[in-house]
Amino acid sequence: MDLNAILSGIDVRADWIGLRYVKENTGFRLVRDGNPEANTRESKQGLMVEVLVNGQFAYYGTSRLDRAGIQAAAEHAVKMATAASKFSLHSFGLEARPVAKGSYRSPYQSAADAFSPGELSELLIKATKALKVSDKIVTTNSMARTVETESHFVSSNGSDVVQQYLMVSADYSAIAHDGAITQKRTDGGLLAKSFQKGMEVFNESDVLDRCRNIGAEAVELLSAEECPTGTLDLVLAPDQMMLQIHESVGHALEIDRILGDERNYAGWSFVRPSDFGKLQYGSSLMNITFDPYVENEFASYAYDDGGLKAEKEFLIKEGLLIRGLGGMESQLRSGLDGVANFRASSWNRAPIDRMANLNLEPGNSSRAEIIGSVEKGVYMTSNRSWSIDDYRNKFQFGCEYGKLIENGKLTKTVKNPNYRAISNPFWRSLKKLGNRDTFEVYGTPFCGKGEPNQIIRVGHASPLCLFDSVEIFGGA
Amino acid sequence: MEKLFKQISKTITTELQTGEHLGLSFSGENSTFTRVNAAKVRQTGNVDEADLGFNLIYAGKRCSGSVSLSGDLNEDLSRARAELKRLRAEVVQLPEDPYMVIPDSQETSMSEKQGSIPASDDIPEKILPAMGHVDLTGIWASGRIYQGSANSAGGYHWFASDSFSLDYSLITPEEKMVKATFGGTHWDQAAYESFLDESINKLKLMSLPPKKIAPGNYRTFIASAGVADILSMFSWGGVSEAAIRQSESCLGKMRNEGKKLSELFTLSEDFSSGFAPRFNGNGEVAPEKTIIIENGELKQTLVSSRTAKEYGVESNFASEGEGMRAPSMAVGTLKEADVLQALGTGVYLSNLHYLNWSDMIGGRITGMTRYACFWVESGKIVAPIENMRFDDSIYSFLGDSLEQTTDTAHVNPDVGTYEGRELSAIICPGILLKSFSLTL
Repeated sequence: MDLNAILSGIDVRADWIGLRYVKENTGFRLVRDGNPEANTRESKQGLMVEVLVNGQFAYYGTSRLDRAGIQAAAEHAVKMATAASKFSLHSFGLEARPVAKGSYRSPYQSAADAFSPGELSELLIKATKALKVSDKIVTTNSMARTVETESHFVSSNGSDVVQQYLMVSADYSAIAHDGAITQKRTDGGLLAKSFQKGMEVFNESDVLDRCRNIGAEAVELLSAEECPTGTLDLVLAPDQMMLQIHESVGHALEIDRILGDERNYAGWSFVRPSDFGKLQYGSSLMNITFDPYVENEFASYAYDDGGLKAEKEFLIKEGLLIRGLGGMESQLRSGLDGVANFRASSWNRAPIDRMANLNLEPGNSSRAEIIGSVEKGVYMTSNRSWSIDDYRNKFQFGCEYGKLIENGKLTKTVKNPNYRAISNPFWRSLKKLGNRDTFEVYGTPFCGKGEPNQIIRVGHASPLCLFDSVEIFGGA
Repeated sequence: MEKLFKQISKTITTELQTGEHLGLSFSGENSTFTRVNAAKVRQTGNVDEADLGFNLIYAGKRCSGSVSLSGDLNEDLSRARAELKRLRAEVVQLPEDPYMVIPDSQETSMSEKQGSIPASDDIPEKILPAMGHVDLTGIWASGRIYQGSANSAGGYHWFASDSFSLDYSLITPEEKMVKATFGGTHWDQAAYESFLDESINKLKLMSLPPKKIAPGNYRTFIASAGVADILSMFSWGGVSEAAIRQSESCLGKMRNEGKKLSELFTLSEDFSSGFAPRFNGNGEVAPEKTIIIENGELKQTLVSSRTAKEYGVESNFASEGEGMRAPSMAVGTLKEADVLQALGTGVYLSNLHYLNWSDMIGGRITGMTRYACFWVESGKIVAPIENMRFDDSIYSFLGDSLEQTTDTAHVNPDVGTYEGRELSAIICPGILLKSFSLTL
């Protein structure tokens, strides 16, 4: 599809026109208890025509890709922009769509077709068998998700960006049951193993080893004590820190939320425009970066969907809030510094401010030093429950698996570990930060936001972290 | 669109080879979205899309797929044939699926609901001036939604519906909010302006100084919109037969341990309102009404044909995920005008936010209060409360703690748009609780 030729053939009166073509194939395979549950591939393609008229953007997303269909879409978008421009929240100019030329390709070793459907199914069946380490394992699941995306953006002011992605997610889970007790263990939380990698993630011996461990830990939880209740030290594994960063830092720093766009849905933010450069968000150990170039991290890219080039930026440095998560539109509206995170979930949605790779930079403490420094506390890993208020303040998170820490040592396994706190006091209680040896990269395909709603992929990386005096409790 | 789907499905099913069974599904929409912040247009646009889904069964094996449709018959037939070819090449490589269900329904249905909705470029002029100087943030969504199903046995269903909704929050300078949704099928400017005025009047109540309440257990009234949020949790690890069998349901305790909820709690899957089509992705037509929990006792679950085959039970033609498509909770006797008096002293919650299972098996849900939530003393609203986190079990607050339900069921339309504009609604009353646990 020659997008530049189509663009030059569009005949409408607009101050700017952009075309964003997206084709995405999503493959999903799920095996339960050794039997296939799903073998599916969703193939979507379409084009978003975006126009700027009288300072107002409007769009028309269409799956009709012939020239007449695209011309009709552009005409309709112009009508909508014209009508809406009498009521614009902000009058934009061309600076909202900087000129971008370039390309990006995910790094990977093995392409999506490196496994045949039969071979991948066979591996997933073996995985469910490896998960069943005991008769007490009553349900086993193994799943593989591959996403191949091609995006091409051109605009009337000269942008031309092609980005191609291969994204792979996998998860293996076991449910153990004994009497009235049921416990579930996954591979670090549902689909937390999501990367821009190839099919090399399906290394059979590695997968089967992990599955045997997941099954064993699910059984172990059946006889574990309930997580204690109290105000205790909390050590969070990187797979739970992913959720912690996402909910209590990422969403709070989205400038479109701060500007109120999400107040009817995802919510507002406790962060105010005046907080940038002033708010001590966390302890001095806390350094949060927007980093679109961490190799294999799930939401890496070169340009956002408004054409802004992606660069690594510190959002929080030594605990001080210095920059928000906002693309050019939010930067122009707020006057705040932002990043290249104006992203759309597909061709049928307009870009909004999203997290991409949002990471907690590693510190200096070894795992042994962190655990050794705790007199009484709980170590928690793998998210299973998450909820936070609309200002991103009061949160309650639960994990699959916990360990008591007593006198500097990991001791008994505990089940149903949960904790609750308020974002700023919690981050200010960050007492020790793991070094690069404890640093792990995760991601999720499922971040929801926006009206109309959009699900998008994000990446988060973190070291092991110790928080001081947190409200911890067990299950029902 | 119906003509396109009919022609594609007819052509493709006649091209099947011996031993092949095929289910086709169609989903599409032509929607206008106008996003509003501070009673001004933040973003506006239109989405015109359609997808064709395939479920191919051959030699005891199954695979599925979908392709985007362009609206041009020749192009779309070409895409459909290419997808069928891909599925044929794949299905033979897959392991046998012991629980796959061959589509055999020969039922047909047709439903087209024509509405009267403003043109896309008229919408700002219709909705924005009436907002006046109030701080309103929300989303307008309108247009036609299409769903279709066909199979190689001859079954065929078509459902198309025009609708609009303005889902919005009104916000005071002190950041207190009121939430509402104005929706329907036929636009009425006067009704819209009256509805909006009513919301603006409610907002005035929020200007009272807020009260901070301490964590603890409180007498609580949860209005219908909040109850709808709770009921939506029953579609995730709740009413699904497969979830119960696989130890991933909050209702497992009702099935396995004989636990009961309050006699005042009755929950049904009830399609009689007509918001959602009764046919599922396989073209199977669900009963008009299935009682799931009756007077606190688990009577039935949602059972797909796949689950039915696996566990040897009868299907009630639920969707593959066995979530509720038409949830409806029975009303009680508490008159809405008497709610504050019946509450006495306690908390009035109009909406909840960001619910999640804190312990699914134990039936414990956590979430936040949101929007118009008040402290009530001796039957009178005293002040809006600062938002609180709750964490409580359905076996408590829908069990012994459930004191009364209101006598009016409200329609809470699903305004979700993740996979496209939703068609369903949750119909339910408000609930008065003797105790509800607020934790942070």
